[in-house]
Amino acid sequence: MNARDKILGRIRNAQARQRTPAQVETISSHLAQHPRGPLPPSPDDLVASFRERAIKLSSDVLEAKERMEVPALLARYLDESKLPMRGVCWPSLAELPWNAAGLEMQSRPATNQDLVGVTGAFCAIAETGTLMMLSGAETPATTSLLPETHVAVLDPRRIVATMEDAWDLMRMECKQPPRAVNFISGPSRTADIEQTVTLGAHGPYRVLLILAPF
Amino acid sequence: MRNTSIDFKSQVTVKLADVKLQGALSRLQTRFVEGRSAVIGEIDDLPATRTAAAAIRDRVLNDLEHWLLHFEQQATARGAIVHWAETGEDVNRIVAEIAAQHGVKTAAKSKSMVSEECGLNDALELAGIKVMETDLGEYILQLAHEAPSHIVAPVVHKNKEEISDLFAEKHQLPRKTGIAELCREAREVLRPAFLNADMGISGANFLVAETGSVLIVTNEGNGRLVTTLPRVHVAITGIEKVVPTLEDVTTLVRLLPRSATGQSITNYVSVLTGTKDNADHDGPEHFHIILLDNGRSSLVGSEMQEMLRCIRCGACMNHCPVYQNIGGHAYGWVYPGPMGSILTPLLGGIEKSPDLPNASTLCGACAVVCPVKIPLPDLLRKLREKQMERGMKSRQETFMLKAWAWLALHPAIYALTTKIGVRFMSMLGGKDKLLHSLPGASGWTNGRDFPAPAGRTFREMYRQGKRK
Repeated sequence: MNARDKILGRIRNAQARQRTPAQVETISSHLAQHPRGPLPPSPDDLVASFRERAIKLSSDVLEAKERMEVPALLARYLDESKLPMRGVCWPSLAELPWNAAGLEMQSRPATNQDLVGVTGAFCAIAETGTLMMLSGAETPATTSLLPETHVAVLDPRRIVATMEDAWDLMRMECKQPPRAVNFISGPSRTADIEQTVTLGAHGPYRVLLILAPF
Repeated sequence: MRNTSIDFKSQVTVKLADVKLQGALSRLQTRFVEGRSAVIGEIDDLPATRTAAAAIRDRVLNDLEHWLLHFEQQATARGAIVHWAETGEDVNRIVAEIAAQHGVKTAAKSKSMVSEECGLNDALELAGIKVMETDLGEYILQLAHEAPSHIVAPVVHKNKEEISDLFAEKHQLPRKTGIAELCREAREVLRPAFLNADMGISGANFLVAETGSVLIVTNEGNGRLVTTLPRVHVAITGIEKVVPTLEDVTTLVRLLPRSATGQSITNYVSVLTGTKDNADHDGPEHFHIILLDNGRSSLVGSEMQEMLRCIRCGACMNHCPVYQNIGGHAYGWVYPGPMGSILTPLLGGIEKSPDLPNASTLCGACAVVCPVKIPLPDLLRKLREKQMERGMKSRQETFMLKAWAWLALHPAIYALTTKIGVRFMSMLGGKDKLLHSLPGASGWTNGRDFPAPAGRTFREMYRQGKRK
């Protein structure tokens, strides 16, 4: 008998019962219905609530009136923060007028040398000020991970109230979860030394969220 | 990891006298206890959420075989390979085999308490694989050749100065003193390890049966790096970590970081399913999930099954007056505090940890803060009963308990004995009303005085109508 059979056998013997059809039905209906647990009250203003929570978790938030304004906003932010005026972006953002804003933006996955990574986001969650990122060929995971500055361009209409809402959106728009779903809530941090919070551990030092309607 | 919990008492004496450790432990109070209380109220209906969380864990545990099989089926359908391990040694062997199969020379590892159970790093080094811990705390411990002393904050027992000295010695760089500088230095030293590793090793906070996914919560980003960059990813976790659906795991994620570090959410919550697609630029080509039993299945269906609900937040130890005074190393194995005092004897053998079930005042703080409502004091009491049944108690303690039981069954003699007893003890208490030593209880009175009784029993006072 292999380890799998032994472990499962011990569990079966300990619980020593056959599942009735009704019990099996409950299990499959639980999976099919995937009921929600107790939820926080839904905020009146999703965007305001998202902003407030994101700032609390040390993300910077800017708002653009339209997508075309994003490069100019980002250029000003990078300049004021004394950060390099170049970086890499997701293919879906390649068409924005980066050059006109004085930015050199390459559309490719990030490498260790890139200091600024610009991404979109699948959606965002107001409850915790969190971005939801789905990995894929057009949405490389490294862009939000390797550079010291992560910039996410987000359509405010894609802000949902809770993580449960985000799962529903994913179930509606994707046939299955991608290889990696990453929820990002601010810059990476550690409190391992003397329980003192320090921003910028192994991931980005800063996260800038630019809200811009698509 | 070797279980040294048999030496609990002698370890406690050492830890109580360790001034540096006592200073370090005082930080737990501000950062974790106050941190939790600041954010736990963000949950709209905490009692209902805790009840729901406990029910989610029970749903799985009551039908564990089914949920494990469903998880295995879904994970396999997405291209992951699921392995089953009975013991820690089995895990080590399986990881070494995976490494050999894929020509792995170096591995980057994010924090995994289950891998500490196995002593994985030493085993892999023996197999010729270089393993780099990348969680800052675990990295510091790897450099110092020490074990973690807390399941969430592994290096809580060390202060900044010790870490400065350690880095200066091991990195051969000028000594840094600021915490931010130390973090920066570790980032720069470790970045090449992520980029060059052939294999990433992680734990799993949860396994989602619905999608066959591994969920990990991290703050530093090292968890994302080790599961994104290397071509092989191995996730190691316990068989009890399955959760039915994405909604169920979301309820637990609402509680876990708030209970653990006082964060509304960790910086990263990663849900990993299967291997990379052909078109993907990143992600592992091979994804192995190892499910470890190591004694867990023996708790299924037993009176101790509730312990398997545990989601490893550490709130019980942060709030435990015993842990707060002795730290994690004294407990002698991977899991300290109240949850460790239950898990260590259950997984490692009750005979090997005689003191742990008694290392609690049963004050109940752990049960109050446990996000999945594990009745920790009840389970500790059950373990004490098991010790009694197996004759593990000293002859003196057994005699005292039997004598007390006999007295309690004879009310008239009980009244007389206590009447004499309290008068005698009150007299011994003298002017300061304190007993400095008690025959047969020197373990107690060596460290503190025993307040002398008032001189009359409760029943006497009650009869006189003095109900105070």
